[in-house]
Amino acid sequence: MSATTVTPAALKGDTPISLRAHLRHTGALIRRNLLWIRQDPESMFDAILFPVIFTLLFVYVFGGSIGQSLGGGQDQYVQYVIPGLLAMMGMNMAQGVGTGFNTDFNSGVMDRFRSLPIGRGSVLFAKIAVELMRMMFATAVLLVVALLVGYDVHSWSGLLGAVGLSAVFGSALMWVFLTLGVVMKSAQSVQAMGFLVLMPLQFGSSIFAPTKSMPGWLQAFTDYNPLSALADCARGLMEGGAVARPLWVTLIWSVGLTAVMAPVAIHKFRTKS
Amino acid sequence: MTRIDDTPAGGSHAVTVRGLVKHYGETKALDGVDLDVRQGTVMGVLGPNGAGKTTLVRILSTLITPDAGEAVVAGYDVVRQPRQLRRVIGLTGQYASVDEKLPGWENLYLIGRLLDLPRKDARARADELLERFSLTEAAKRPASTYSGGMRRRLDLAASMIGRPAVLYLDEPTTGLDPRTRNEVWAEVKAMVGDGVTVLLTTQYMEEAEQLASELTVVDRGKVIAKGGIEELKARVGGRTLRVRPLDPLELRPLAGMLDELGITGLASTTVDDQTGTLLVPILSDEQLTAVVGAVTARGITLSAITTELPSLDEVFLSLTGHRASAPQDPTPADTREEVAV
Repeated sequence: MSATTVTPAALKGDTPISLRAHLRHTGALIRRNLLWIRQDPESMFDAILFPVIFTLLFVYVFGGSIGQSLGGGQDQYVQYVIPGLLAMMGMNMAQGVGTGFNTDFNSGVMDRFRSLPIGRGSVLFAKIAVELMRMMFATAVLLVVALLVGYDVHSWSGLLGAVGLSAVFGSALMWVFLTLGVVMKSAQSVQAMGFLVLMPLQFGSSIFAPTKSMPGWLQAFTDYNPLSALADCARGLMEGGAVARPLWVTLIWSVGLTAVMAPVAIHKFRTKS
Repeated sequence: MTRIDDTPAGGSHAVTVRGLVKHYGETKALDGVDLDVRQGTVMGVLGPNGAGKTTLVRILSTLITPDAGEAVVAGYDVVRQPRQLRRVIGLTGQYASVDEKLPGWENLYLIGRLLDLPRKDARARADELLERFSLTEAAKRPASTYSGGMRRRLDLAASMIGRPAVLYLDEPTTGLDPRTRNEVWAEVKAMVGDGVTVLLTTQYMEEAEQLASELTVVDRGKVIAKGGIEELKARVGGRTLRVRPLDPLELRPLAGMLDELGITGLASTTVDDQTGTLLVPILSDEQLTAVVGAVTARGITLSAITTELPSLDEVFLSLTGHRASAPQDPTPADTREEVAV
């Protein structure tokens, strides 16, 4: 065929995108996602309501009786559950990221982004950065509520460490949910999927209650549930207790999930037609 | 046009496509398409829903990769040099691809930054394009509050930020009312005046005639005709002149007279009794003038006279012998009505 007319004169392969350009693109997209929040402040409701509702619900509904089994009362349960809720904050923001991204992805604007000379990860990195900001906001709300229901901060540095760990684990989960957001057809199915997967993981863990009183088969599950390690580690950091083992388990899960799911998410984002 | 000369290939074709194939399972969205678009011209790609128009645009804008074939745009290979190519193309999709939650200005600023313009330049470019597309007053409002026409104009402005050498307009006026459509056409004409090469897909012969200098007609993933607009119009029987005499009794004598004179197009003149009009096929402006002259000479008073382009369906009927249809793709009901009148 007329290959001579088709072949470009200078075929030098493709030019790579520099790190600075990557940061610039991600920054511009972060600005976009922050403007969304300004345009639609209601999207922050979950970040405010979730910590408030969960704290009040667990402390006042279950707190008395679980506290008794801990050998104290509601006060003792507050010290138990707040580190758990703090550890959960990252994953709760992660759950929403897939839903939002699915809606975003199905709008025409993604085609425009994908036809621009930007790194394919930029759109996803920006999304994660903004969700982490939302998580920090939700964590601040949680702390205020925690202090109001009588939580005693034993170690501020431990608390900061727990927040950091929650963010690390949360962003690892965000890659999972971003992948679901790209792959699944509707925002509703992403939400349903997130709920179905996270719900048993959250309650089948040491986040809300000690696992000692659970039946053996469930304990076997909770022992291997990364969310237990995450909650135990936060508790160790904030209240004292073993930290090393749960820290390693949480970090290994976080790094593993990110190493596997980040390339999958970016690949799916790049190739989705 | 000088912009294209900066790119490696130079040459006279801004878009060259050879044997492009894309299959989705059993569906052959593109089944060996060849296409050449000369620099600084507008190529219209005309076809019904499901003909493969959007697939072609998506391949040429690097959103999907072809199964076979080659395509070079502005000197860059769409498969092997996507990043370089993305710098020199602009895309306006079938559905306005602007961020509805962002204000108009922010939409343009964002694209500017993603195209590596320094902050100052991105700001200036956003201001400039809003001004040019008459959106300055709506600059701070979220795009979700815009009318359909404003959204398309913002979309066009967004695709112009990087001063593209080649612009893809994928059904730019589908779903717009006639007035808004004229607005968008005027903007596109102004952009072509700036020297950008345009690949336009459309379902409307009228749109192709307004904007394109050359036309490629596609159906079921294949090119079924190509050539200059006038040439293709002549092949499909040109235009139809609708004449309505004030006195309906004049209809038949007038039809007979025109047929006898033999100054009209290939088909014979037909009478539409319901509307009291005479449908006269014409191939050229000369024929149009001759018909009007003959009517005047006869002293017949007219109450209406209009010319119409053939519909997409008529174009298909005369080129392929079958109606424009999309057998494989599920076609939304609203657009199907427009196609199969």
